[in-house]
Amino acid sequence: MSEEATTGFQIHPMDQFIVKPLFGGDHVAWYTVTNVTLWMAIGVVLIAALLMLGTRRRAIVPSRSQSVAELLYGFVHNMVEEVTGHEGVKYFPYIMTLFLFILFSNVLGLLPLSYTVTSHVAVTVVLALMVFLGVTILGFVKNGIGFLGMFWVTSAPLAIRPVLALIEIISYFVRPVSHSIRLAGNMMAGHAVIKVIAGFASLVVVSPVVIGSVTALYGLEMLVAVVQAYVFTILTCVYLRDAVGGAHH
Amino acid sequence: MSSEPYLEEAAGVCVNSHGGAIGMPQLCTEWFPNQIFWLLVALVAIYLIVTRVALPRIGAVLAERRGTITNDLAAAEELKLRAKEAEAEYNKALATAREDAGKIVAAAKADIQADLDKALAKADADIDARTAVSEKRIAEIRAGAMESVTEVAKDTAKELVAALGGNADARSITAAVNARMKG
Repeated sequence: MSEEATTGFQIHPMDQFIVKPLFGGDHVAWYTVTNVTLWMAIGVVLIAALLMLGTRRRAIVPSRSQSVAELLYGFVHNMVEEVTGHEGVKYFPYIMTLFLFILFSNVLGLLPLSYTVTSHVAVTVVLALMVFLGVTILGFVKNGIGFLGMFWVTSAPLAIRPVLALIEIISYFVRPVSHSIRLAGNMMAGHAVIKVIAGFASLVVVSPVVIGSVTALYGLEMLVAVVQAYVFTILTCVYLRDAVGGAHH
Repeated sequence: MSSEPYLEEAAGVCVNSHGGAIGMPQLCTEWFPNQIFWLLVALVAIYLIVTRVALPRIGAVLAERRGTITNDLAAAEELKLRAKEAEAEYNKALATAREDAGKIVAAAKADIQADLDKALAKADADIDARTAVSEKRIAEIRAGAMESVTEVAKDTAKELVAALGGNADARSITAAVNARMKG
């Protein structure tokens, strides 16, 4: 610590992910109001502002904010309808909730000094598990035991079907892991890299390069934030299709 | 300030004495309940916003807009049809008007032609009458002249005959002069 202080480098890329109580105290209990609470609340407030205030006039010719709300609606609605088919449209509100939460959390995380809730596996694992359990339960409720037919690839020769079934089952259970780690990993890595590079700005010689790199990375991270929200959502739709679209794979 | 860091597992904290992170804060299990609890609260809040207010409202607006557009398109189609009808009517009226104008022009032309013909005929008649009068006068003058010439020829012939020592009666001289005049 003291060495870093003397050299002028204060690079703590992981400090931005620390959960802190907002109103003092050291202990973080499950109910403690923390920076997690703050940034989730900001996200919820912004979503409410966009979707409720933006559309409050219900204009035939939309205002700018109403246009954005309608765009989000149309985007997610089309995605659900195209990927899961007509059967899946009734799960549109859940998908919309997921998409809005992830999108707003990711983009808000790019504000300087903010806290990125989706950079934590605790959050993304819960999201992914909700999808995984929801899809699995829904699959069994809709198709009964026939849902297991998903793992029995009838289009393959009989001899290799057991092998394929094993692979399919493994890949099925890996889904929530990849689903959650992908999002958290992308968010964490991008923010950490920006922080590390920004730390070099205290070296006068390289600071112009640093500023350029941070700007470029920031643009890239903006893209990643939106794309990861999209990826998470469309994968949710793909998983959902297995449950509602029958056992055909 | 002691630089001795807390042991992650032993102390059960994920930050050191300087407030810096120890390892990856993402793996700090102590914070999990807090994050999960607030995540569920946020998700429920968003879900309520989405299902109670936003989606029905936006869906209604979109449906209404689709309806309005369909209606407007139908109305536009109808108006287009009516415009076409009006255009046809207009064209018809235009054709009629053109035809009428043609008729009027033809009538006017005919009138003018008739007047012209009449005037020409009258002028021709006038000219003919004048010509006749003039010809008559010319004939008279010519006849007069012929007579005078005959008279003069007779007298001259008589005088010439007399001068030459002939004795000619008036009748033979006249006959001779007439015969010459004819020849």
